[in-house]
Amino acid sequence: MTHPPSAAIVGVGSTEFSKASGRSELRLALEACTLALADAGLDPSDVDGLVTMTMDDNDEPAVAHYLGLDALTFFARTAGGGGGGPGTLALASMAIATGRARTVICYRAMNERSQGRFGQPSRYAGDRAATAAAVTMSWAAPFGMVTPAAFFAPSFRRYMHEYGATSEDFGRQAVVQRAYANKNPQAFFHDRPLTLDDHQSSRMIADPLRLFDCCQESDGGVALVLTAPDHAKDLRQPPVAVLGAAMGVGPRQYGVAPLYRDDLAVAAETRVMGDQLWAQSGLGPGDMDLAILYDHFSPAVLMQLEALGFCGLGEAPGLVRDGGTEIDGVIPTNTNGGQLSEGYIHGFNGLAEAVRQLRGTAVNQVTGAAHAVVTGGSHAPTSGVVLGRTA
Amino acid sequence: MTKAPTAGRPRPAANPDTRFFWDAAFERRLAVQRCSACRALRHPPGPACPECHSLDWEVSDVSGRGTLYSYTVLHHPPAPGFDGPAVIAVVDLEEGVRMVSNVVGADPATLTIGEALEVCFEEYVGWTVPQFRRPAAREAVR
Ligand SMILES: [Zn+2]
Repeated sequence: MTHPPSAAIVGVGSTEFSKASGRSELRLALEACTLALADAGLDPSDVDGLVTMTMDDNDEPAVAHYLGLDALTFFARTAGGGGGGPGTLALASMAIATGRARTVICYRAMNERSQGRFGQPSRYAGDRAATAAAVTMSWAAPFGMVTPAAFFAPSFRRYMHEYGATSEDFGRQAVVQRAYANKNPQAFFHDRPLTLDDHQSSRMIADPLRLFDCCQESDGGVALVLTAPDHAKDLRQPPVAVLGAAMGVGPRQYGVAPLYRDDLAVAAETRVMGDQLWAQSGLGPGDMDLAILYDHFSPAVLMQLEALGFCGLGEAPGLVRDGGTEIDGVIPTNTNGGQLSEGYIHGFNGLAEAVRQLRGTAVNQVTGAAHAVVTGGSHAPTSGVVLGRTA
Repeated sequence: MTKAPTAGRPRPAANPDTRFFWDAAFERRLAVQRCSACRALRHPPGPACPECHSLDWEVSDVSGRGTLYSYTVLHHPPAPGFDGPAVIAVVDLEEGVRMVSNVVGADPATLTIGEALEVCFEEYVGWTVPQFRRPAAREAVR
């Protein structure tokens, strides 16, 4: 059943993306929230909801404190870290549609390079109490599976085995995204071109993942302001409607990764989530003008293109090779440069890019962009949204 | 050739659902849970049977023979307790359960998805970890 739009994005704010912000994570959150409110033409006193995701160090009450809010009526987090980015919009939309809040800020701010690095090994097993998390990690850490790259790489290796995909196929998407970043002044790799040879000669991180298959580690913050559609139309910016918002976990998920699932060559959680997006919005892959697909690792972009139905299983390498993800391709993908080349704010910079595209203000603008799909990290508990231009 | 990890390997945490696995490994046995109600095997160990939801289970030794379903070789950053790239294997055991472990004693560049593996054990002070290697017979022929 198609749902009417329950909320609209009316403001976006972002700090710069760097390797060392020199500021606290809470300050980055405040900067992003304040910029987003200014973009919307709203005041902190209009805000009664805050949503972020697990792994964010900025508690909702702390953000409310420094925004000077008198009261917060809705505050919540999505699970799964980077999988839950678009899911924050799902929570905000439901809160607005059900009257739990009127105006909600979704935010994510992190010093993920200069402070706590996701790419570094997590020991987290038997040196601690046998919490559920430590026991779960005990089927990974003793075997050296201690980084996100290590957790997801066996899925990508199996994908290569099943469908004949190659490292060059992954590299081609990284090159496409770097070209977008080279035109995007906000991108960390704005002035650094990338060739397929550069990709192929970059060092191995977790086979088959090379350095340039991996997202960056970034410092920065991004926030989005959502409110009810009837309120949105009176504000400064053309509203961007939330036409679908869904979450997804596939079969046999275990901790961070789905390694015990029968078929690792399919992004099953993305399919669970995507099927809901198409049902809610009444739209399909053919209606999307662009896609922002979570690129923790470049092969995940290919596998999500397949799971969302932009092409058949095993066909994404050909789609990318034919220029399908470039600006004039069938589905321009990660037009800001993505997390490989713009910055890694746990998917929130991709949400901001989708809003810019639908307002018509992106640096790599897709002509006449009316609909976009944005996803959270695949191979983990995930989420996604379909967004639409309203003006 | 891959080597076994050295000092500093993260030790597992165990709870009442999982302790049997590490106790069995300490005795150089590979064991998984078997549902007492529907007899389904499962791994990693957990409190309930995903097939029939029974909370009753027993320990079942398995052959230790399996095939390589997928793998990664972790180069950077280095895995704690490994003195070289960690060869992390996703192994389908012949009894139908899947297990994450390591392949030891093989050149990672020669690993082939679908190839046969068998369990071996790496002992530390106070604990033992199941590992996988190419079957001895095949190694002898090489
Ligand atoms: Zn059972």
